[in-house]
Amino acid sequence: MLHLVLFLVFALGCVAGAVNLLAQRHPIDSALSLVVVMGSLAGEYLLLGAEFVAAIQVIVYAGAIMVLFVFVIMLLNAGVEERTPGSRVALLLGVPGMLIGSALVVWLLLERSPTPAVAAGALPGPPQTIAWLLFHDYLLPFEVTSILVLIAIMGAVVLASPPATTKKES
Amino acid sequence: MNITQFILVAVVKIVLAIWLLLTAVAYTVWLERKLVGHIQNRWGPTRVGPFGLLQPLADGMKFIFKEDLTPPHVNKPLYIAAPMISLVFALTSIALIPVGGWVRVAGVNTPLEITEVNMGLLIILGITSLGVYGVALAGWSSNSKYSLLGGLRASAQMVSYEVALGLSLVGVLILAGSFNLREIVDAQSGTFWGVIPRWYIFRWPPQIVGFLIYLTAAYAETNRLPFDLPEAETELVAGYHTEYSSMKFAMFFMAEYANMITVACLASLLFLGGWHGPVAGPAIVRAVLPVFWFGLRVFGFLFLYIWVRGTLPRFRYDQLMAFGWKFLLPLAIANVIVTALIVALRS
Repeated sequence: MLHLVLFLVFALGCVAGAVNLLAQRHPIDSALSLVVVMGSLAGEYLLLGAEFVAAIQVIVYAGAIMVLFVFVIMLLNAGVEERTPGSRVALLLGVPGMLIGSALVVWLLLERSPTPAVAAGALPGPPQTIAWLLFHDYLLPFEVTSILVLIAIMGAVVLASPPATTKKES
Repeated sequence: MNITQFILVAVVKIVLAIWLLLTAVAYTVWLERKLVGHIQNRWGPTRVGPFGLLQPLADGMKFIFKEDLTPPHVNKPLYIAAPMISLVFALTSIALIPVGGWVRVAGVNTPLEITEVNMGLLIILGITSLGVYGVALAGWSSNSKYSLLGGLRASAQMVSYEVALGLSLVGVLILAGSFNLREIVDAQSGTFWGVIPRWYIFRWPPQIVGFLIYLTAAYAETNRLPFDLPEAETELVAGYHTEYSSMKFAMFFMAEYANMITVACLASLLFLGGWHGPVAGPAIVRAVLPVFWFGLRVFGFLFLYIWVRGTLPRFRYDQLMAFGWKFLLPLAIANVIVTALIVALRS
């Protein structure tokens, strides 16, 4: 019972945050809504029993990545979002499209899902289990992902570094 | 334990913990003013009460009665929320910190912490990592150049040093094999040859490097000298809280000191054996002594914090970033690799 109530509270927080993200016109308000979404998701993970994943979700996503988002918005001093005639079209087409899409996803998950629903507290919680999955069962995908991230970092460095011809500043 | 007892015990522990923390915050401020005063050949507060002991109370009253000024150019919702975010996350983390073993009061067995969680350490790190929003948003919503620069510096600095801070703890976690703070502390009980305590800084492989990295990164995480760039008063007036006055400023102040205490508690628990120490005497003394030993360690760390503040000059910002990324982080990674190798070879 308590599980259900808490699940609904976090789910509502999650959806409200996501809707607010789209509705807000200032990037910093949207970024903060995204933090709420991340935090609520961590709550849901905790309810399912995946305590390690929940803690990491808060530390990595809410505590580090979103801080960098906020940092960039602050640094660029991004202004209020501008509305163009195109955004009205996007609104008219986007909202029904989103509703149809989410209805499809819900129908697929409820009716056609190959895996059964997870009961509260049934997901692998302890870090040992996660480590076994990550470094034993899924070792290759894990390593390939890390190479992908490395390539992304190198790409960022190349893009951010000044061209070779101009003299280095300062 | 039935449900009424459970709720009663929880409420008593919460009230006690918050009261203890706020009192500790107030008297850390007093200690700082007194100590820095003596370091600089001054007296520090002396007028209010003996040794100026009632000064924190007087300061609190002053903060409450001062005019709460909201500048006209701020982003009001975030401007009001920022100090709250700072303080809430600073106070929440104390809920998961154990200050002693189990006690039996009026027939109820209870651990000396608000709640015991398996992932205690990770959850504390998560909560403290959210505290940066308070500082960043304060800087941004104040809509002033100094505040913005302070907020930017704070968020960059805290995110950078959080990496080194987290990695410095991994050595201890490898040795302890648990995220549960109580289990980590219990693994450090006893002594080698009856003399050297089995703390993690004295174990093989020794975590002294991890401990020093943690200590350094903790100064940066709590924005204390020599890493107090976010509020460097010679360059930024007061950094992210330039536009704040009255109780809103006091909330940032309290959050900073509460974070200092949390960091000191974690250092004692993870590296210095928590509440373990010589225990003897009648039952009541046996129950209280561990908490006293723990308090002594935390006091030692707070003393060190203030001592460093009175001694070292401030870093330059590029030095701070270079130190964090080019020195502390590789050192922390090396510590993890060496510890893991030794543990793997031994088993």
